[in-house]
Amino acid sequence: MNSMPFQPEILWTDFLIFVLIGSFLVFIVYTLRHEHLRVPWRQVARRPMAMASMVILLAYVAVGLMDSIHFRPLQEGQNPEAPVYSNEVLSLLDKAAMPLRARTEKTYSAPFAMQAYSKETVEYPDGGHARENPRLLYGGAHLQDPSERAADIVRRAGTATLAALGLWSLLVVGFLLSWRQSHEPLMQTVRRLVRGKGEFPWRAVLITSGILIILVLNAVYLSLYYHIFGTDQVGQDVFYKSLKSIRTGLVIGTLTTLVMLPFAALFGIMAGYFRGWVDDVIQYVYTTLSSIPSVLLIAAAILTLQAYIATHPESFTSATERADIRLLFLCLILGVTSWTSLCRLLRGETLKLREVDYIQAARALGASHLSVMARHILPNVMHIILIAVVLDFSGLVLAEAVLSYVGVGVDPTMDSWGNMIVSARLEMAREPLVWWSLAAAFVFMFSLVLAANLFSDAVRDAFDPRLRK
Amino acid sequence: MIGYIIRRLLYAIPILIGVNLLTFTLFFFVNSPDDMARIHLGGKRVTPEAIVKWKDDHGYNKPLLYNSGRPGTGKITDTIFYRYSVRLFVFDFGSSDQGRDIRNDISQRMWPSLAIALPVFLVGILVHITFAMLLAFFRGSYLDTSGVVLCVIMMSISSLFYVIGGQYLISMLLRLVPISGYDLGFEAVKFLILPIIVGVVGGIGASTRLYRTFFLEEINKDYVRTARAKGLSELRVLFRHVLKNAMIPILTGVVVVIPLLFTGSLILESFFAIPGLGSYTIDAIHSQDFAIVRAMVFLGSVLYITGLILTDITYTLVDPRVRLE
Repeated sequence: MNSMPFQPEILWTDFLIFVLIGSFLVFIVYTLRHEHLRVPWRQVARRPMAMASMVILLAYVAVGLMDSIHFRPLQEGQNPEAPVYSNEVLSLLDKAAMPLRARTEKTYSAPFAMQAYSKETVEYPDGGHARENPRLLYGGAHLQDPSERAADIVRRAGTATLAALGLWSLLVVGFLLSWRQSHEPLMQTVRRLVRGKGEFPWRAVLITSGILIILVLNAVYLSLYYHIFGTDQVGQDVFYKSLKSIRTGLVIGTLTTLVMLPFAALFGIMAGYFRGWVDDVIQYVYTTLSSIPSVLLIAAAILTLQAYIATHPESFTSATERADIRLLFLCLILGVTSWTSLCRLLRGETLKLREVDYIQAARALGASHLSVMARHILPNVMHIILIAVVLDFSGLVLAEAVLSYVGVGVDPTMDSWGNMIVSARLEMAREPLVWWSLAAAFVFMFSLVLAANLFSDAVRDAFDPRLRK
Repeated sequence: MIGYIIRRLLYAIPILIGVNLLTFTLFFFVNSPDDMARIHLGGKRVTPEAIVKWKDDHGYNKPLLYNSGRPGTGKITDTIFYRYSVRLFVFDFGSSDQGRDIRNDISQRMWPSLAIALPVFLVGILVHITFAMLLAFFRGSYLDTSGVVLCVIMMSISSLFYVIGGQYLISMLLRLVPISGYDLGFEAVKFLILPIIVGVVGGIGASTRLYRTFFLEEINKDYVRTARAKGLSELRVLFRHVLKNAMIPILTGVVVVIPLLFTGSLILESFFAIPGLGSYTIDAIHSQDFAIVRAMVFLGSVLYITGLILTDITYTLVDPRVRLE
């Protein structure tokens, strides 16, 4: 039997992410086919802020997706006839960032540092010894003398920036050629772009991508020689940890909505459509659920899950799997606490819709309840669902940090911005200050949430009929 | 009015029963007392005798729902459900897994919580409304636009950063107030200033932006145009007419959290080491003290439902157009 160099591994959240992407693609195709849905999206696309945010969001999604394709590598030194795969589950991102992952120092080190944070007793070849900050194993190890560091960083950053600008000009030229109208002089196309003419804000998109390409190339290139965000207590590269946290943040922001959406939509529409006792029961359920403070409900559920995991260790084969189940469970329970508001909105809208003429007509023509709800009501409350989905995202990403702080967030072994902030709390009390984990978590989290907020504002403005001019 | 309140109170009963059943299911069915004992005793190799002893010590050595070994009403009352769930309705929270009386703890820790939550709430509303009115007054100008952008930026920062940043800036760099802690009486003020500032600043982004839309919604209405046509100055219009009407959605939105002020803020209290109910809850979660978490879930729900009833009553008080049915 031919053995593969790896064994694919699909975690639960991976599976759901693929489901999510599938439904997203279906949604896009559906939108493209319906003029009335294309119009508001075009309105979103006309906003420079929204398009710039989307570039950033797409970059995050790309990293998150790379981190969602998992496999177990073949264990080395094994008989190829009977392959044994490692217990460790890796992702494509881990594979790509292997240099970052493997190069761990002993403990803390500052960004771009060449020497460790803490002093150690170093022995000299001549027999003497002294307390000093030893050189790092990897950070700046290619340099002989620490005084060369500044020049080296500037030189490498310059190289990376030049390469990035080259790449970006290729992108711009490619865009110009495809955007140019037939027989238009090229200079005129350039002028149109620079002045921001045309229906869509291509200038904003290209500028954002340019900045993004410069930042990414610099970060990637410099991180091969330095720890650009420093290292944490066990010497892990903080930049790598921040990259790994992207998936956690995205999963919580999107899967939570995915799992709660069917329930919120079904119950909300049913309550508004049937009224009577169905309405009473559904209203009772969501009032009860929403009257429990959500942090406490999440805490109660996570505590019970912890107890379950502690008493059934045999159900989980690897630490990654255990952390993944906890992440999924967190999404589920966050979904339980957040579906009620959407359900209430949908119920109210359906109450209004069911009295509308075309629904009455559909009923009179003999359409079944199910088909009225699915074909007439659901499409007409779609904008509410969409607005809720995009507005919830940033709140959920922020909630992850708070929950991790409370101790009921993702697994402590899982990389997440929340866990980084939690550990930063103790680091901030150290002397000298260890600020870089906090800074890295801040930069990554802030840019994601800000981009999501700006984008969701544009979506809300375009889809909310009350805001339409 | 009184009839309405009574009806609302009656309606709260089935909801509280629902909350109670839900927590009972979570804490005793999904997670049996044996599991709890195992967690507290630690590890997988726990002898059955140790589990029985732990359950004896903590009063979990009863059947869940029906005790056939007891005579008369004891069949019902001498069970875990009666002892730990039904008794919650009379606010008998029992004792924590460490053996402390929970009701006593709560009534002591409530006050430090309130000492932070109430100022944050009041100062917060004042500051947010002021900023929102400022933006609404200069609507459409650069001040308005940059203010809204600033709000979105502030909304995008996790509350944890506000706390850590505030502690670093004001306590560690400027050394104006102690970094954390609490004291009794008037001495507490110096410990409370920083958490209150952090709490208010952290909420500015979201609330200012929301209140601004309330103001703008009112500003475009006919009665405002009439007021302006009468020759009232823009400031007078804003304070005399717009403010009053915009207060309706603002008030009804904030009234719901007033009862919950008693339970304090999880993050502020825990970061600033204030011995309130928020840090009590966090400590209970960290030490997996199920009894306290259970009590706080129930207490939180009661307070939230009270908040909902208060909201409905406020509605009728501030907006005469709303009739109770």
